[in-house]
Amino acid sequence: MLKIPQKEYVAIRQHGEETYPHECCGVLLGTADGDERVVTSSARCGNTRVDSPHNRYHIDPKELVRIQREGRDRGEDIVGFYHSHPDHPARWSLTDLEEAHWLGCSYVITSVAKGKADLTNSFELAGDGESQKKFLDEQIQIV
Amino acid sequence: MAKIHIPTPLRQYADKHATVEVNAGTVGEALTGLVSKHPDLRRHLYTDEGKLRAFVNVYLNDEDIRYLQKEGTALKDNDSISIVPSIAGGSQDIDEVANLRIVELNSALPTCCCPACCC
Ligand SMILES: [Zn+2]
Repeated sequence: MLKIPQKEYVAIRQHGEETYPHECCGVLLGTADGDERVVTSSARCGNTRVDSPHNRYHIDPKELVRIQREGRDRGEDIVGFYHSHPDHPARWSLTDLEEAHWLGCSYVITSVAKGKADLTNSFELAGDGESQKKFLDEQIQIV
Repeated sequence: MAKIHIPTPLRQYADKHATVEVNAGTVGEALTGLVSKHPDLRRHLYTDEGKLRAFVNVYLNDEDIRYLQKEGTALKDNDSISIVPSIAGGSQDIDEVANLRIVELNSALPTCCCPACCC
């Protein structure tokens, strides 16, 4: 389960509309307790995949190091990530699974249809390692 | 002493620690010190051949060690090492099989409480 404040929920969907027809991406910070992740803030990131921004995203690890450090100073941990699927469903792709490595974190996907944010779904990257990782549907609760 | 920051997914293999301090002269020694303290971390950071996994980025302060002297990069006192698995993906290769698999895994679809959708 992912608990997210209305403000952040609106912000990540809006981000997808702003970058349309390119994919947006960002980080969700907060606290994690077992299967429950509580978002307290989000951070927008640039998409470094300038070669194919309409269907790929990549966050510069240097940006992640900074976001992780700033979060730490506020007592927040990285609990998940978000990105958009311009004109594609809000479902993870094989590319998403292949390139997901933050086990136990939430991966939130918003489909953006013709520039308008449509569905937003969240998936927990579950499993005990690279060889058996999988995405599980998880509930989003707006708080 | 160098500080190693452990990313959230790997803390469960490091006795829940967010940071681990090690005495080491190089980044490589620091990582070796880390996995000897917390052996469960090894398979998440290294391949069977003992190489750092391709998706594991190691930063010394704000620099990627790939652009320094890699694992041979020398450490100074109070340096901080961050381990950050990469974040990437994309809508490309949307595969029906993947979507079918998820339905099999979860008989119930997520209930959504957003005001924008009908479910
Ligand atoms: Zn995706």
